[in-house]
Amino acid sequence: MVNFLESFLRVAQHADGGYQPILPGLILLFPLVGFVINGLGAFLWRDSKRVPSLVGPLAIIGSFAVVLANFLAMHAAMPHDPAIVSLWTWMAVGDLSIGVDLQFDQLSVLMLLVVTGVSSVIHVYSIGYMREDPGYSRYFSYLNLFVFFMSVLVMGANFAIVFVGWEGVGLCSYLLIGFWYENREFASAGKKAFIVNRIGDFGFLVAMLLVFTHFGTLNFVEVFAAAPETLVFGGGVVTLITLLLFLGATGKSAQIPLYVWLPDAMAGPTPVSALIHAATMVTAGVYLVARAGVLFAMAPVSQATVAAIGAGTALFAATIAMQQYDIKKVLAYSTVSQLGYMFLAVGVGAFTAGMFHLITHAFFKALLFLGSGAVIHAMHHALHQVHRHDDPNDMRNYGGLKNVLPITWGTMWIGTVAIAGIFPFAGFFSKDEIIWSAGSYGYTVLWVVSILTALLTAGYMTRLMVLTFHGENRSGADVRPHLREVPAVMWVPLAILAVLSVVGGWIQIPESLPALPAVDALHHWLEPVMEPARQVMTEHGLHQAHESPLGGGEAVWAIMSTGLALIVVMLTFRALVHRRYRPASESETPTGFAGILYNKWYVDELYDRLIILPLLALWRGCWRIVDVGLIDGTLNAMASGTRMVGWVGSLFQTGRVAGYMFWFVTGVVLILALLLL
Amino acid sequence: MSNFFESHWVLSLLLILPMAGAALCLIVQEEKSRYVAMLTSVVAFAISLPLFWTFRSGTAAIQNYVSVPWIEAWGIGYTIGIDGISILMVLLTTFVTPLAILASFTYIQRHQRAYYAMLLLLLAAMIGVFVSLDMFLFFLFWEIMLIPMYFIIGVWGGKRRVYAAVKFFLFTAIGSLLMLVAIVVIVYLYYRQYGVITFAYNDLVQLPIGRDLQFVLFSAFALAFAIKVPLFPLHTWLPDAHVEAPTAGSVILAGVLLKMGAYGFLRFAMPFFSHAATSPVVVGTILVLSLVGIIYGAWVAAVQPDAKKLVAYTSVAHLGFVMMGLFSLTTQGIQGGILQMVNHGISTGALFLLVGMLYERRHTRMIDDFGGIAKVMPVFAASFLLVALSSIGLPGTNGFIGEFLILIGTFQKYPVVAFIAATGVIFAAAYMLPMVQRMLYGEVDREENRVLSDIGIRERLVLAPALVMIVLIGVYPQPFLSLTSASVEALIEQVEHRAVSAPVQMGVSDLRFDRMPILGIDE
Repeated sequence: MVNFLESFLRVAQHADGGYQPILPGLILLFPLVGFVINGLGAFLWRDSKRVPSLVGPLAIIGSFAVVLANFLAMHAAMPHDPAIVSLWTWMAVGDLSIGVDLQFDQLSVLMLLVVTGVSSVIHVYSIGYMREDPGYSRYFSYLNLFVFFMSVLVMGANFAIVFVGWEGVGLCSYLLIGFWYENREFASAGKKAFIVNRIGDFGFLVAMLLVFTHFGTLNFVEVFAAAPETLVFGGGVVTLITLLLFLGATGKSAQIPLYVWLPDAMAGPTPVSALIHAATMVTAGVYLVARAGVLFAMAPVSQATVAAIGAGTALFAATIAMQQYDIKKVLAYSTVSQLGYMFLAVGVGAFTAGMFHLITHAFFKALLFLGSGAVIHAMHHALHQVHRHDDPNDMRNYGGLKNVLPITWGTMWIGTVAIAGIFPFAGFFSKDEIIWSAGSYGYTVLWVVSILTALLTAGYMTRLMVLTFHGENRSGADVRPHLREVPAVMWVPLAILAVLSVVGGWIQIPESLPALPAVDALHHWLEPVMEPARQVMTEHGLHQAHESPLGGGEAVWAIMSTGLALIVVMLTFRALVHRRYRPASESETPTGFAGILYNKWYVDELYDRLIILPLLALWRGCWRIVDVGLIDGTLNAMASGTRMVGWVGSLFQTGRVAGYMFWFVTGVVLILALLLL
Repeated sequence: MSNFFESHWVLSLLLILPMAGAALCLIVQEEKSRYVAMLTSVVAFAISLPLFWTFRSGTAAIQNYVSVPWIEAWGIGYTIGIDGISILMVLLTTFVTPLAILASFTYIQRHQRAYYAMLLLLLAAMIGVFVSLDMFLFFLFWEIMLIPMYFIIGVWGGKRRVYAAVKFFLFTAIGSLLMLVAIVVIVYLYYRQYGVITFAYNDLVQLPIGRDLQFVLFSAFALAFAIKVPLFPLHTWLPDAHVEAPTAGSVILAGVLLKMGAYGFLRFAMPFFSHAATSPVVVGTILVLSLVGIIYGAWVAAVQPDAKKLVAYTSVAHLGFVMMGLFSLTTQGIQGGILQMVNHGISTGALFLLVGMLYERRHTRMIDDFGGIAKVMPVFAASFLLVALSSIGLPGTNGFIGEFLILIGTFQKYPVVAFIAATGVIFAAAYMLPMVQRMLYGEVDREENRVLSDIGIRERLVLAPALVMIVLIGVYPQPFLSLTSASVEALIEQVEHRAVSAPVQMGVSDLRFDRMPILGIDE
């Protein structure tokens, strides 16, 4: 026990360069305690808001503080090797040994910083957003539990522990999507998310089996160190492992073909969408690919698959976002699309660029979701006041809200400009690096797709802003006077994220951009973790060119893309701002191509017809035909057969001696006849 | 005191005490019998619990062993003991039984004395099966076990209880009769080889048996055990028995009785007939049947309208995993399999308890009769969710540990089999979550459901131990795994060795029973 506590609080092996994890256990303990207290609160002091308001956010802020301390310590020491903290032995059976081990390296600490940082902000925002919800305590318990599992996912030092976090965040996602479980549809969305994610988890699970079979361990440090010698570059095994891991990633990070759960996941409270379904959990797949960078670098086929699926998803989801009217659906498809960018990055081997976009996206997408939450919050209240049941999520019911929600309006524009990739906002730097990587590594088609998607992104985001904040208000004369800006507990988080959405990109400024100081902080920071993967790629001749497929260096294309995005924003704005939209109740459903996009390319319907219904029919068939019909039918027939024989036999048991004599003599005669003949 | 826990007396007491309790149940007042039963089972649990610590996990040797001659002429003895393979089974039995008894307090209104006596008799018989190291004694307990279960289903069961009870009885009896024949054959062969009649497990397990004869005898044992497991397609007695049995019956059936089959394979069929048990034909057949169980069981479960039947079919899937692990003949596979037996006992037992609690309130088990239960019964809903998650093997719960180890073990030898089995994790979500959703979530759209009371103190006491174990084993399974490791490794070594050393001669044609003194034809 003493040992355990010691390692929980402060013990490190493998550490060099003077860095030792500071209070590593507390990063997990804080949110776990928060979960327990708030969870008990959900049953014991159901109506008290004070305890959850205090415990919920503080647990995460405490965790963030510890992470920050670790970040600073690591920054000072810049260790080359990861520090491993072993808490206890989880399973040791035969030659398998899995410890509850945490890994502290530049990648995990950076990710933790983003996760706990954004979580802290969103927890505070939730105090305002969920204030009047009867499930207040339950909400914070789930949210705390999510941060716990997310931290496990990030810190896990072996595949198995990461898998614990991986499925754990899936559980929290399920619970929070279906948070308002009395709504059958919402609960259904949660269930869908869980089941679709399980398809991905199956991939992760089998990948683990393969890794153990070939390496005899699941520990990252050992697996990645041994990989270049143990496995053949481009061989079947490493390709299979990485493809299976990527299957897991497509589930968690909502990529084709498993993205369908994420738009439905918007059924959850909006801060949940911001935290889980935009900033953190859905990026876990990208994190996993970056974590297993060495393996992916060794499997060019998998890399190409990751990049192609990423780019494809980015474009596909962006087209759908163009024609959605539910503000959260637009942002959901936008998230799917931006995640596609991240996969494009890690797929072409630009792991750091992928992580870079993951970070900036966490800022501006959390901002946009929280902003949409502010709008929904305001609309909901106003509609509630006048007892109307219009959809507070439908942008056709908004319009001209910039006057009543000025802070939300301003901060959301910052987020929009950031995601559109306009200089000098965060998204510009990260997206530019991805597009540049795709081009310069020679993925011409994907490069074109990524530029196209960038333009669509600018387009649908401007559409969202115009529909929501500009033009005339369509909420109705009765609703309008009740619209109010959100309280400080909600807009201060918006402001913080807005600042990060501006400066977040400045951690990495390419040398080639003129008139700017070159900053290499992120690459330098991740260097120790990413180096092995880069080495593998260089050894096998993957080189970054200095020109794009169409000629021109990074600077040219960066300026061109920001210029194009700006033009798209302005054109879209001018085209839409004077258009007359009608409230949702008076609008017709879009037709033609717009209708196809509005109906999301009918993918859900397709999955229903081609997969779900046939499967259910098969399952019913198994039950009715095989189990009841065939197996039990045969058995019951045997039973009736036996009874039949008994019944026939009983006919002879007449109780009359003459009858018995007759059959006896007949028998004797028959036997004698047989013997004689 | 520690002396007691290292002697056979702790096991003997576990046999005697419930029988005495059963007798007492019959003579006390009708409404007192439940307390007698509860007390007896709790004491039995308390007696068995220290074994968890006193058991020496470093050795594969039989512990708490005793062998007293009983019917000397036939070489039958009272021989009992435990090792790493049986200790968790014994603990599981004593753990589950009090929960089942406590869950019966309000449910059972008729013939209470007989009911609780039956449960205690069942407890003794189950312990007996797991601790017997004499084939005669084992078979005795194996058959005794049938009787109380038959009555529990047939007397205190639901509408089609007689059909279910008879089906249960016939299925199991047919299997065990063949096993009896096989036992007699082994004893005979031993006599012919060494000139001694003995039923002692430790002697018989040393007997070299000819290779083709092994297949015949293995089949007889395998049939008996496969029905109990149950392996596809011998599983159809299970849904009927579960649906008709009272809650406690289902809990014990799922919790302990289903483990008898897998235990039998490990303890008897595999070491006795190692050559047959490791031959490609047998392993292939059992792996395929296990796979079918995993996938097919999940599929059929997913479309059940009756919650209890759904849970019953999930057992087919879970036990498929167990069997796959055992026949992978790897350390992880078998240890995972044993742990998964415990996990299944706890999780599925708890699911039956939960469904039973709803049944007591609403007298229906149909999933569609519920909806929105989470609103009116929040504690129940939270418990139900946790148990459901354990059943689908979410990491952090016990279910994951077992499944994961089984998959790791199987994958080492049969990657394709493990690959297909792993799809079971998807289907598990596909049967469990829709049930959770349809019962717990949505609006409370039925008037009857609006007034349901949340689970009370007694019901919480019933569930709490199971919930604690679900998380405990999920987070810190190592103490449980440590108990089994030495015996499992010894078993694998023994089986692999004996598979090769089995004599080629001595086939079926060598069997001549005319020299068997116990048959009364002494020469």
